Amino acid sequence: MSISTDMPMRVAEITQVADRVKRFRLERRDGGTLPYFSGGAHVVVTMRDAGGLRRNAYSLMSAPHESSAYAISVLHVEKSRGGSQFMHEQVDLGTELTVSQPVNLFPVDQRGRRHLFLAGGIGITPFMAMLEQLERGGQDFELHYAIRGRSHGAYWRELQGKFGGRVNVYCDAEKVFIPVAKLLDDQPLGTHLYVCGPTGMIDATLTMARHAGWPQQNLHFERFLGPPAGNAFRVILQRSGMDVAVEGRQSILEAVEAAGVDAPFLCRGGACGQCATAVLGLDGALEHNDHYLSDAEKVSNSKLMICVSRFKGRALVLDL
Amino acid sequence: MTIAFREETFRDDFTFRNSGAGVLRFPFPFHEDRYTYTVNLEPHTAGAAGTAYEHLIDIDEHYLAEMQDRALVLAEDSLRCQALPHMISAQWDALELLMEQQALGYPELFTLTKHGDRWRWINRPMGIDQTFTFGDVSTLPYEPMEYIARQAQGDLCIVDQRDGSLWMDAGIVTSQADWSLDFDIGMNFMEWHASVPLAHEAGVFDRALKFLLNLQQGKPVRRLNWAMTINPRLDTSPENYPKWGPDRTTVTPMNVGEKVYLRVELQSLWRLPRSNAILFVIRCYPINMADIATVPQWARRVRLVLASLPQQIIHYKCLVRFRQTTIDWLAQFDDGAPG
Repeated sequence: MSISTDMPMRVAEITQVADRVKRFRLERRDGGTLPYFSGGAHVVVTMRDAGGLRRNAYSLMSAPHESSAYAISVLHVEKSRGGSQFMHEQVDLGTELTVSQPVNLFPVDQRGRRHLFLAGGIGITPFMAMLEQLERGGQDFELHYAIRGRSHGAYWRELQGKFGGRVNVYCDAEKVFIPVAKLLDDQPLGTHLYVCGPTGMIDATLTMARHAGWPQQNLHFERFLGPPAGNAFRVILQRSGMDVAVEGRQSILEAVEAAGVDAPFLCRGGACGQCATAVLGLDGALEHNDHYLSDAEKVSNSKLMICVSRFKGRALVLDL
Repeated sequence: MTIAFREETFRDDFTFRNSGAGVLRFPFPFHEDRYTYTVNLEPHTAGAAGTAYEHLIDIDEHYLAEMQDRALVLAEDSLRCQALPHMISAQWDALELLMEQQALGYPELFTLTKHGDRWRWINRPMGIDQTFTFGDVSTLPYEPMEYIARQAQGDLCIVDQRDGSLWMDAGIVTSQADWSLDFDIGMNFMEWHASVPLAHEAGVFDRALKFLLNLQQGKPVRRLNWAMTINPRLDTSPENYPKWGPDRTTVTPMNVGEKVYLRVELQSLWRLPRSNAILFVIRCYPINMADIATVPQWARRVRLVLASLPQQIIHYKCLVRFRQTTIDWLAQFDDGAPG
């Protein structure tokens, strides 16, 4: 049995905060209050357009103790599969959206004596809520925020205004970069590192941190992995007795939802494991795009994370 | 609806009793005529009136007596309530959840009023009217978890979520089935469950942990657990074993009905919003065999479950001394009709 706790909401404010970034303020349609959340949480926004149902996960960037509205930021991606394009081009003041309860897969480690944040571009959004939370709790933190140019980076002025010298901004256009190695080398014991941004930045930072002797438990990261596009194919849903077409710009999860089948999910980004689905039959090759399954699980062809992974071949049968 | 709170004890003279209505709202835990160990988690949604599930946080006729018993346990042993420093935000989450749920379910007993961070809490049965600042520990007589646990039935455990596991980092535990918070504090989910027989082999804890790590805000779940004790003693802790362990040798065919208690734990599990921790509310419902026998299907089923227990479970649940005596006594209520 699944109980829907999704919230009917309305767009109350749209702000163009940088060249390709819009901030959306979302309020409940019934004027009620929203659940509190913890910094790093995301919500899944359900959009309805001519193409059907669309669901995207966005980090909450408003203060976690603010219950009158949520704020999310959306980067307009050129080769978008449609979600960010829809939010930028179709959504207006008053547009009605459905928003899930907050889910946190990127929480602050409350034991940290000090919290070091490295953000690249739109990766700043979860940190905005985390910093508010830490500030309210009187906890020690420092942010290093890399942006392409002063007009690209969302929020750098706002953050410097609020948190002063604890916010350091680095601008590619000015040839100033985050001195990652020096930062990692110069932290007291008990510091936790959080990194969010492009894959290259995350991988490089984690590698450097491990070489610098950081414990694995003190390293936290969130990858913004949207479902990649690919070829169109069909899947057979054994339990539902359905044969569903998955379009090139659609994920399996989206196609399954569009067909009216209720599949579990939380992150829609290949990280949480909630949508792991048993593969009952396969004639072809699975394309695993997630960060959840182990390499051994991936080659075993027994499970598929249907939010991001795809398939090439003649037949795929799933336990749905 | 008003609740007639009973004056009773859970120690010494053991005057605890369930009323007739109290028996009927007992959360009977067995769904089959034999023992099975399963994850048995289900959505914690409000149930029918007159059951223990009517409100998500249940208050019953034993409320005041249980709160007195908890105060006695805490006065003797302050280590029954512990919270590691990083759990303070989760403590406030727990206080808010319990105040809101108790006020929602029992408006005639409890009232919570909020003006920003300035809150007023009224607990009429206990004669409490407290104004405090949410987030400011100095405005309450205890830390938030202890403050609300002294006014809420059931033990509380708050587990932190990190590094792919859950950690027993805070709790207030005074009515437990032979486990110790002081011993378990700081352990992770696999560590504190390590002594449970059979279930690990069945993969129960791997599945349960995976499920709980993805537990969502607004979608609490519950499960039932059970144990048996002699006398209606809430505090069957390892710390006090010398006080209650020997009771198990006192069961005779003549006193089974009054002395042998089935105690059911209704565990509700809640994702907490500000801290991302999970609150376990472990509510204990004791019922003796005489009251079980007032419902013939219950008597039959308890007997069959006890008779089908694997040896490891008989030892783990410490039933060796009185299990057969109880089975034999329950047999007289079996009308032969299948449950």
